[in-house]
Amino acid sequence: MKYVIAGAMVAAGLLAHGAVRAADAQTGGDGLGKYIVGDKRSGYVFAEPDTRAMQDDDFQNPGMVWVEAGKQLWSTPDGAAGKSCQTCHGDAATSMKGVATHYPKFNPRVGKVIDLEQRIDMCRAKALQAKPYPWESHELLAMTTFIKNQSRGMPMNVAVDGPAAPFFEKGKESFYRRRGQLDLSCASCHETLEGRHLRADVLSQGQTNGFPTYRLGWQTLGSLQKRIKGCDKQMRADPHAFGSDEYVNLELYLAWRGNGLPVETPAVRK
Amino acid sequence: MSSPHRGQRVAVVALAFALAAPIAAAHADPLVHYDVVDKAIPQSLTGVPGDPANGRKLVIDRARGNCLACHEMPIPEQDFQGTIGPDLKGVADRLTEGQLRLRVVDAKAITPDSVMPAFYRTDGLYRVADKLAGKPIFSAQEVEDVVAYLETLK
Ligand code: HEC
Ligand code: HEC
Repeated sequence: MKYVIAGAMVAAGLLAHGAVRAADAQTGGDGLGKYIVGDKRSGYVFAEPDTRAMQDDDFQNPGMVWVEAGKQLWSTPDGAAGKSCQTCHGDAATSMKGVATHYPKFNPRVGKVIDLEQRIDMCRAKALQAKPYPWESHELLAMTTFIKNQSRGMPMNVAVDGPAAPFFEKGKESFYRRRGQLDLSCASCHETLEGRHLRADVLSQGQTNGFPTYRLGWQTLGSLQKRIKGCDKQMRADPHAFGSDEYVNLELYLAWRGNGLPVETPAVRK
Repeated sequence: MSSPHRGQRVAVVALAFALAAPIAAAHADPLVHYDVVDKAIPQSLTGVPGDPANGRKLVIDRARGNCLACHEMPIPEQDFQGTIGPDLKGVADRLTEGQLRLRVVDAKAITPDSVMPAFYRTDGLYRVADKLAGKPIFSAQEVEDVVAYLETLK
């Protein structure tokens, strides 16, 4: 496949933009070095300089609003037990440092892999005796963004062996499964076509180290599952539900593909 | 196999038919038959000449052909054309009408692992969005319109 496309491209005399950028990036000469680990490239590398600058400056980064909101929620009691997250975990800057780099993660209580959003709602149900935050609610996004932000700069490091292995395999299958009326897979765009232009977009590797991400296109911050739903819709496929096993397993596979890339949350993307 | 099992299986099959029948009726195969000869479809799908102006609209329309997502074409008013497939300028000098037709109908009949979608095919697809299920992207006449447009790219 790669050869077919590469051949077609060369025959047509096209040199993808992304290839040039990637070459620049490999030299590390333009400050992108830490966003490239081996052949893994964060979406940051593919982003426009203006967008990168917005992410880099906490005063300009619109995602920081969610970090601040999450910080408030962290210490605010909620639910029948009268506790807050802080009651059990203390200062998030220490207790939550590095935690998000391991998510999605196998959870023995439910016997499957869960993502950070689901872990948050599990604590709310068990410890706080509070209602779950609905998917894509301001609160769930704020808490997820706040917790992942405590790992900013640390390498993603999810486990895919042991009890996580069968979930990882399912996620991998989903990544390579063609779907929708356009009959494409995640790999079609984010592996085979990396660096090529799909209309106005440069296709990245679809890395997830920056999620939840503030997207200029959404004019808000959103979860990884919202992004995946958007990609499913681009393929004219029937998306899965928020929180479905299919998406959580896929999230695990995606996180593993990016193991070693630094957490950027909240990233800013087009 | 013991007879109670067999009885059960008959019941399951009957149920499956009962469920499948209305669905099959709603998505009755709408595709016209065509013959592939030497990696081409030499005959028109409809016998009615294609309308290149409508074909041009279809290749631009993001909800329909959206060919510009992947290809550059000599359509100067459209910014941001894709670089995934070959530039289609001059494609009619390289390919015959029949080759163009098969490429639009089902590119995977030529290159099985192509990323180019089949625009006139409904089988072998997985999890198609509900409102599109069972429908090809183009009607037979729309395929002819797009081929007629591609034929102008000399
Ligand atoms: C038709 C092309 C296409 C397909 C197929 C596709 N995507 Fe995407 N995806 C895009 C585009 C365009 C973007 C925005 C630019 C970019 O980062 O690549 C994007 C972005 C993403 C991002 C965000 C990357 C970042 O740095 O913020 C993730 C994650 C992602 N896709 C995952 C997936 C998954 C999972 C699948 C399969 C279920 C998938 N994509 C299928 C086109 C596609
Ligand atoms: C998701 C990407 C994608 C889309 C959408 C797409 N194509 Fe393609 N197309 C390709 C690729 C890649 C090739 C190169 C050969 C291959 O891999 O099949 C190609 C090849 C072609 C060729 C052969 C060109 C040559 O020089 O041999 C034609 C003609 C063509 N496409 C027409 C179209 C038309 C018309 C549409 C829309 C109705 C369209 N394509 C939509 C990806 C795409």
